[in-house]
Amino acid sequence: MTASLRTEPRLADPDGFYAALMEAHRGLDDDASRRLDARLVILLANHIGDDAVLREAIALASAAAEQGGG
Amino acid sequence: MPATYTNPRFPFRRPLALGRAGAEEARVVIVGGGLTGLTAALDLARRGVASVLLDEDDTVSEGSRAICWAKRTLEIYGRLGLGERFLRRGITWNTGRVFFREREAYSFDLLPEQGHEYPAFVNLPQYHAEEWLVAACEDTGLVDLRWRNRVLAVENRADGALLSVETPDGAYRLHAGWLLACDGARSGVRRALGLPFTGQVFRDRFLIADVVMRPPFPAERRFWFDPPFHPGQSVLLHQQPDGLWRIDFQLGWDADPDAERDPGRVAARVRAMLGPGIPFELEWVSVYTFRCRRLERFRHGRTLFVGDSAHQVSPFGARGGNGGVQDADNLCWKLAAVLDGRAPEALLDSYDAERGPAADENILHSTRSTDFITPKTGAALAYRDAVLELAERHALARPLVNSGRLSRPAVLADSPLSTTGGGAPDGMLPAGSPPVDAPVLRNGEPDWLLRHLNADGRFTLLAFDDTGLRAPAAPPGVGLVVVAEREGAPGHLPGVLFDHSGLAARRWGCAPGDAVLLRPDGHVAAGFRAPAPEAIRVAHGRALGRAAA
Repeated sequence: MTASLRTEPRLADPDGFYAALMEAHRGLDDDASRRLDARLVILLANHIGDDAVLREAIALASAAAEQGGG
Repeated sequence: MPATYTNPRFPFRRPLALGRAGAEEARVVIVGGGLTGLTAALDLARRGVASVLLDEDDTVSEGSRAICWAKRTLEIYGRLGLGERFLRRGITWNTGRVFFREREAYSFDLLPEQGHEYPAFVNLPQYHAEEWLVAACEDTGLVDLRWRNRVLAVENRADGALLSVETPDGAYRLHAGWLLACDGARSGVRRALGLPFTGQVFRDRFLIADVVMRPPFPAERRFWFDPPFHPGQSVLLHQQPDGLWRIDFQLGWDADPDAERDPGRVAARVRAMLGPGIPFELEWVSVYTFRCRRLERFRHGRTLFVGDSAHQVSPFGARGGNGGVQDADNLCWKLAAVLDGRAPEALLDSYDAERGPAADENILHSTRSTDFITPKTGAALAYRDAVLELAERHALARPLVNSGRLSRPAVLADSPLSTTGGGAPDGMLPAGSPPVDAPVLRNGEPDWLLRHLNADGRFTLLAFDDTGLRAPAAPPGVGLVVVAEREGAPGHLPGVLFDHSGLAARRWGCAPGDAVLLRPDGHVAAGFRAPAPEAIRVAHGRALGRAAA
């Protein structure tokens, strides 16, 4: 096992990041928003560039939806 | 009616066995005179093995079928003596260009390096190749081509297969010592044996339009995602010889196949694509759906399934015809070795062990391409479009664009015939790899390495030396090819190939003193550094299926 997904809080300005994300989506319809998110995922995935980390992230994201709600 | 090609009609000859009691005997029977069956018949004949080839029709393939011949396939036809004709008659292309909506997203070069006899792809309609194969088979005098011979029943037995064959003049029985089922995706042999053919059906329809025209496009593969002239769908364009072009329109699952075949409707689609300035004639129209599926095993006793009868893929990636040719390439030397008594019958299990994973790889790529080309959900569509939106400006997204992962030769990893870990130097082409070409000089003349490997149909020991004065001894049944780093002093071994560019040594990862044992299909069986004769002999035995359990 080499690198693994880092799950501790790492963002210096979480509110600022969130606001930038919302700003990017402002005024987009659902389809355009979906494509924006997809472009982001692809850019970030390429930046990470580690298949094991990416698969871990996919698994974690999928599990969060199953366990969440309530 | 095609304007650029007229199908030949081959004569029906009355089989001698008609009306006789008992079954006619043949050592090898091939069912299906299509691309795969003819290739297998020719390969066997080149190895001195006679066969009877049964085909229910009396001509080569009708209309538009396989068109893209991959480098590895061309190399195989080179070995069979037809490679030059593909180069001369076909359209060579190396560039693929991808468009998204109204713009070009990017282009790619499939064979960016020079120094190979054959290009990445040559486009040529399948019927030309089949016609050459028929003539080449006839010329060997070893292929008994029986047109209009339809197999009605197959009984699989321990000593081969018993066939009931119907002809225009009546029926006869034929006992095959070995049966090669090359009878396509709808294989009658497979059905007769009750073997399941399982996999995935894709809920989409495609329209093939072959048109004759003289447009100002270069010879390259062009693929459009969601173009303005065919919104929401994909389109693929390929050039063929004789002014013939293949256009493949995705139609969607709800399209009405009969309505879509209407020539007026097809012409309107083509005109929308080409614009008003390019006149064209429709040559061929068909509407198809496709599946990806395979047999669980390709060997059933003495019946072997080859090509589409064993596995079926989508057309994206040129993996159907090329896969069938590589099946035949893999199988025929093994069958010849078994028939000659040089190898145990168990060698034929390796056909399944090697080509099964190759078929899985083709199906995997084909399925992934299809999922990219025809997204089935909103999320899949969003991701596909996102990749294409990024691709034009950002190279990082281009590897994700999947308009068909074009056929590459199978690397037979984990082959039971390979000798691994036995002192092969790091960086040497690993066991199972297909052979790699390089320019060489022979007697001062430019030549190609691959022309000399397995040229006699046997195993080859490819030995690298500095001067071409020395080479390891090849065991019986193994030919020797010596590649020298420098042009040798007087007295170098006869037939030495001079690696003047250094590309042979670099591509094979070999230094002077190294040697590679190649199977008759050119795949690497074992690599050695300063090999002992015993090590080569053992690896040769293993590659013939004589490995100790």
